[in-house]
Amino acid sequence: MMLPWLLLIPFIGGLLCWQFELIRPNTAMPRWIALLSMVALLVMALVMWVSGDYSLSQVVGNTPEWQSEFRLPWIDAFGITFHLALDGLSLIMITLTGILGILAVVCSWKEIDRRIGFFHLNLMWVIGGVVGVFLAIDLFLFFFFWEMMLVPMYFLIALWGHESEGKSPVSAAIKFFIYTQASGLLMLVSILGLVFMHYTQTGVFSFDYAILRETPVTGVMSWILMLGFFIAFAVKLPVVPLHGWLPDAHAQAPTAGSVDLAGILLKTAAYGLLRFALPLFPEASQAFAPIAMTLGLVGIFYGGVLAFSQTDIKRLIACSSISHMGFVLIGIYSGTLLALQGVILQMVAHAFSAAGLFMISGQLYERLHTRDMRQMGGLFGRLGALPGFALAFVMASLGMPGTGNFIGEFLILFGAFDVVPWVVVVASGGLVLSAVYSLILMHRVYWGPPREKTTIARLDGREYAMLLGTLVLTIALGLYPQVVLDISQGAMHEVRHWFAVSPSFAG
Amino acid sequence: MNLTLSHLIALLPLLIVCATVIVVMLGIAWRRHHVVTATLTTIGLNAALFSLLAVLTVTPIRVSPLLLIDNHAVLYMALIMIAGLASTTLAHAYLEGFDDQKEEFYMLLGCSVLGGLTMVASDHLLSLFFGLELLSVPLYGMAAYAFRTRLSLESGIKYMVLSAAASAFLLFGMALLYAESGSLAFADLGARLTEGGGHASWLLMGIGMMVIAMAFKLSLVPFHLWTADVYEGAPAPVTAFLATVSKVAVFALLMRLFMSAPVTDMASLHTTVAVIAFLSMVVGNLMALRQDNIKRLMGYSSIGHMGYLLTVVVASDDMALLTTGIYLITYVATTLAAFGVIALVSSPWQGSDVSSLKFYRGLFWRRPYLAAVMTVMMLSLAGIPMTAGFIGKFYVLATGVESQLWWLVAGVIIGSAISLYYYLRVMVMLYLQPTETEEYDASSDWGQRAGGIMVILLALAVLILGVYPQPMIMLVSGATPG
Repeated sequence: MMLPWLLLIPFIGGLLCWQFELIRPNTAMPRWIALLSMVALLVMALVMWVSGDYSLSQVVGNTPEWQSEFRLPWIDAFGITFHLALDGLSLIMITLTGILGILAVVCSWKEIDRRIGFFHLNLMWVIGGVVGVFLAIDLFLFFFFWEMMLVPMYFLIALWGHESEGKSPVSAAIKFFIYTQASGLLMLVSILGLVFMHYTQTGVFSFDYAILRETPVTGVMSWILMLGFFIAFAVKLPVVPLHGWLPDAHAQAPTAGSVDLAGILLKTAAYGLLRFALPLFPEASQAFAPIAMTLGLVGIFYGGVLAFSQTDIKRLIACSSISHMGFVLIGIYSGTLLALQGVILQMVAHAFSAAGLFMISGQLYERLHTRDMRQMGGLFGRLGALPGFALAFVMASLGMPGTGNFIGEFLILFGAFDVVPWVVVVASGGLVLSAVYSLILMHRVYWGPPREKTTIARLDGREYAMLLGTLVLTIALGLYPQVVLDISQGAMHEVRHWFAVSPSFAG
Repeated sequence: MNLTLSHLIALLPLLIVCATVIVVMLGIAWRRHHVVTATLTTIGLNAALFSLLAVLTVTPIRVSPLLLIDNHAVLYMALIMIAGLASTTLAHAYLEGFDDQKEEFYMLLGCSVLGGLTMVASDHLLSLFFGLELLSVPLYGMAAYAFRTRLSLESGIKYMVLSAAASAFLLFGMALLYAESGSLAFADLGARLTEGGGHASWLLMGIGMMVIAMAFKLSLVPFHLWTADVYEGAPAPVTAFLATVSKVAVFALLMRLFMSAPVTDMASLHTTVAVIAFLSMVVGNLMALRQDNIKRLMGYSSIGHMGYLLTVVVASDDMALLTTGIYLITYVATTLAAFGVIALVSSPWQGSDVSSLKFYRGLFWRRPYLAAVMTVMMLSLAGIPMTAGFIGKFYVLATGVESQLWWLVAGVIIGSAISLYYYLRVMVMLYLQPTETEEYDASSDWGQRAGGIMVILLALAVLILGVYPQPMIMLVSGATPG
């Protein structure tokens, strides 16, 4: 019975924030309510983490073993149920959501000073939608949350965003919305196609994941349906030809929005690929794997080159996400257990390092009122501890051993080497690029001659605490990744099982 | 034929609305009183709405060769009367500040509702034509009701001319069909025509002309040119009425024609309708992109919506009727509430409506709930989950996928993607920092008035049906034969 609460807490918390503002404007109360709901979410997730059993032995043959399930009838005519379920993969994602939710609330404590209640309503509802995506295993319900979370995100970017290079945040928000919604509709059509296919075979309407997974889909149809899912996820991940919304949305979103976008919204796509695209269409996905990996390679290099040429610090970090997600894509489609485990770790680690970098850029912006790196330079020594943290997160982002990102990339490349050695060889070259743009970021912002001698406001306790917390998590993940790997093992084993049905694929 | 008691019961809604119109007319002749007139109309429409419960005990029943009252008809009658009631409520708020004769409006509205009721129950070309004219003619008057403003007059005249042209098409088409089959009843028509023989080209022309006439009324591309001007010029409650009642009535009829008359089962006809549908989705939404006037924008968006819905006509299978019902319910609720907000914001002022987008800037920070209603409506029109519009779009896509109409499915996706741009633009406008322009607002006690309460109820309905559509689906499938 805990699952519906995981969902309800952010939604109710958000409404409370808004109502509070309507009754009594300009208090800090909404922030506290939001913080409290996020802590509650995290605590619940951690309780499940500790109390559940996610080991490999849980996986028995083909039947998925959910740690806990919740089911209500919803739309009988189509056999749609309100079906939530949780396994190791969802749990990791939800825990991550809780942590980043707290960070998002805390990092907007000073940045957001108007319409606080409405801001937190939107923030909480994004989180709620994301939790829904991670829990839903009825395909209709999944789509429901997938699309629903766009609306509050749209508001976050459009109303609290910043101008960038003369472009208003509204246009970035609209771009983001149209990209994701239109590709989402493709997924809906694919879902419907799958459901009707199941219907013609059995005469029963069902949107249930476990049932549809048993539906054999072959031939051209399987390709079309699989592509519907893939495109929807590829836009969100993002995969290179579909990444147009990302730099704008990230650059112009408020810090909390960027943290959420990079930290968890991008991860919903990888989650979707792992949970739905691969198990539902194993054969088509395998046939598609070489193309997907090529796209991943293109993403790694293109994202890296793009990041290198940015002058806006947030755009640089955004473009680096494209590059990192390229590794994730390769890991997913290589389909070995090791690589899949690496994908999980890479996602978690990237969420922390990107969140850290975005928070730092937010803090720079609050102090310097610019995100243009050409206006910075020489900040080391003028800002107290901030540059030190920046250095640590940049190192994490380029995959320095000792950080979670290293483990993630290493596992992905190591795991995929068996299957696709050449892809791995080329992808490793991308690591060099990531070192180049990361160091450029450090160099342009913090080194060089200082522009002025005056010191700038140092980090206050809140800022210090959240950067330190994120950094501790990043390093902890790098030193003892087994905590996460243990939880995801069962779920990844299952993905591997579904994906590797066909022997035609080497591996 | 003899009229028995059950026939009379079946006719109850029509009779009650008829009586209401007469009472209102006599009342106006005796003494003008705005509130009393509006109340009378509301009571009459409510009584007619509740009489549908009695009608349900005798359905399906054929009353004279002209009318067939079955569950299908009852569903759309209910929808029309609810839309009529909502427009009455809005009109009351709107006409308060109107410095001319206010009372005749309700009479016109009653007549128009009567026409709609006749139309959805018609099973005969004669009652079809009668209903359509009774629906449209009062609408000319309503659109031009604020005839002292140029736009309103212009909109009335435009609507009249184009509507009359459509009626001419309809009549010609009917004549051709009659010449070919010798009957005007739908069922007979279908039977005679499937027997074969005769001139297929006449038949095609006849049906084609009827489809053109209906496409005019539904404002489908390429017969959509009147839409934006009429929507813009007519007073907001009238636009709400026009956008809901007349579309529901015509579409319900179109479905009946396509489902019960096998004559429409021609590949070329289906292709034509498919092309019209695709064009409407794309052109309607593209035209809406550049609008700065919210009423024009809604006009163009309605073209797109009717295009989506036309998918079901092309499919014409078991699911099509269900989808039509669900889509129309969601569309009516959404459109009424959206125009409701416009009417409420426009109400306290004289002159033309507050329809330029810039006047809605920052509405959220002045009237949060009203803006929240508008937000929900825009999301519902865009078909975002948690709103009823999503369920409607879901059903349309399901019908398209089921019948493998891939081009139309693609059209729905393209149309939706385009439409997002302008719905979002309206939505974000409500939340932006207000500027220094003169501010128009709903009166501060809007939430306590009938119009405001109605709008809030509709918004709640849209949200609840979006999250839990089961009751709506049960209702509509109960009204679908087979």
